[in-house]
Amino acid sequence: MSGKARSGLILSAGLDLKEAMRSRWFHIYSLVFTGLMVLLISMGITESRVLGFTGLSRLLVTFIQLTMAILPLFVLVTTVRSLVGDREAGTLEYLLSFPIKLSDWYWGKLLGRLFVVVVPIGIALVIAAAFSLIKGHALPYLEIAYYSGLVVSLALCFLGFAFFLSSIAKSTEFALGLSLLIWLLLVAFLDLILIGVLIRENFDPDFVLAIALANPLQTFRTAAMILFDPQLVLLGPAAFLILDNFGSQGYVFWALAYPSGLGLVFAALGFWRMRSGDLV
Amino acid sequence: MTGPLIQISALEKTFVRRSVLHSLDVEIADSDRIALIGSNGAGKTTLIRCLLGHYRHKGDILLDGEKVSTHNRGMLESIAFVPQLPPPLKMPVTDLIHFSCQSGKAEKEKIWDIADQLGLELDLLLAIPFNRLSGGQKQKLLIAIALARPAKLFIFDEPSANLDPAARAAFLDLLAQHKDRAMVIASHRLEEIASLVNRVIEMDQGKIVLDDRISDRLKEGDRRLCTLRVAESSAALTKTLSDWTFSQDETGTAFHGHVAGGDMIRFLSTLSRYGGLLSDIRFENLGEDEISSHTD
Repeated sequence: MSGKARSGLILSAGLDLKEAMRSRWFHIYSLVFTGLMVLLISMGITESRVLGFTGLSRLLVTFIQLTMAILPLFVLVTTVRSLVGDREAGTLEYLLSFPIKLSDWYWGKLLGRLFVVVVPIGIALVIAAAFSLIKGHALPYLEIAYYSGLVVSLALCFLGFAFFLSSIAKSTEFALGLSLLIWLLLVAFLDLILIGVLIRENFDPDFVLAIALANPLQTFRTAAMILFDPQLVLLGPAAFLILDNFGSQGYVFWALAYPSGLGLVFAALGFWRMRSGDLV
Repeated sequence: MTGPLIQISALEKTFVRRSVLHSLDVEIADSDRIALIGSNGAGKTTLIRCLLGHYRHKGDILLDGEKVSTHNRGMLESIAFVPQLPPPLKMPVTDLIHFSCQSGKAEKEKIWDIADQLGLELDLLLAIPFNRLSGGQKQKLLIAIALARPAKLFIFDEPSANLDPAARAAFLDLLAQHKDRAMVIASHRLEEIASLVNRVIEMDQGKIVLDDRISDRLKEGDRRLCTLRVAESSAALTKTLSDWTFSQDETGTAFHGHVAGGDMIRFLSTLSRYGGLLSDIRFENLGEDEISSHTD
């Protein structure tokens, strides 16, 4: 990457980063994650035990489940307005009248937003680690790294969706509606009961598995489980299909790579849509 | 360089089966200062957005003889743009200045200098988000940023709409100082910018209906003696003409005065407001020499 190209990317990322840090949604988002962590700690969850897990590992199990519920919706609702909102307001017209490469501007914006989305969760994890050290618990470095990777992967996935939707939508309202629809769809197929019904109705198990694996929320959820429940006992019969096809390590790799890849593909589609159409 | 700065050939733009620009052919030389006029929906903004590479279009746009694509960096390095409505940027003024210096190569000292000339105290505004500034302050800052860029072509879309009279006068002075560079000024107030431009392009329904080079016929130093008659006396017209140092006869219906070549369009635009009152108007070309004998 040339120096000029790098500076365009960094300039765009910096602009979006500062923009997000000034916005109210970011303050609330940061407060939610750090507040949640403080709440979990104050509830004494590190002292409880589930499936043999206690201390910070136990805390992470709960925190990661909550992350899955909050992060995708927050990312979609706040990011999907980004491009289309700028276009509607005339901000895009002005900023893109400067000689900054469109790819630098677009990917820089995504990079800045990824940083903004991930940092509050990182801060929450640091709070948890600090508390754990104070309490004399051992730090589960591998789990922290794995969960951090899962969070980045999930964030990238939904940022990709949001950037794609924002680049194809003609209005902010439409973009928001579409993003909520997608979120609801993913949540609906997250429901293992629904998947159970599909199995009962004699759908091909491979088809059911494919649905579960294609849903990044389900991938995240299963991957979060697999660390403290390697046999995926909680998942029921679907576990056999997953473990037979992937194995425990294979699924961990899939859970990190697939949502990231899916997000990048959608982000690339959004960029292609922007580049091939009218910018404003 | 021998060719035009920008050459537009067979430019067409269509929005969902609605044609907005119809096969435009325009050349912009590096000495052109163009007043782009036309009613709302004439296609001025669409043409500007095609030049900025914001719109996909049919036809070609060439910069220094080279065809440019949509959102072309080379093209955007050559163009400094001030939009009609200031964008609601939430970034502080200091960030906007930093961005324009980094991406648009605007000179920081020059931004300060121009802002100062426009009556904008930048030091007091640096920490304030751009969207919290008043309409006039926003416009002044965008003008300062544009003029501080090393662009070959300035594009102003209704640039003085939000400016108070003093700032408008300062802005026009600033433009006069940049006559060495090409300009496209889209405006409804032709009379205001008439003295700055040497070419008028009028658009209507996506077509160029007038492309007139003022300097072809009128030199800035040329003077004309104007005699005009009105059907009935009008206090407003009398006041307007007295501002142009016209004298009035005893009947109050005939006026005489001199109009400089460079002020001709501005004068006629001003006069157009009283078109219903006019019964006769004549111009006599005095040339540059005769003016001194008339004014003596």
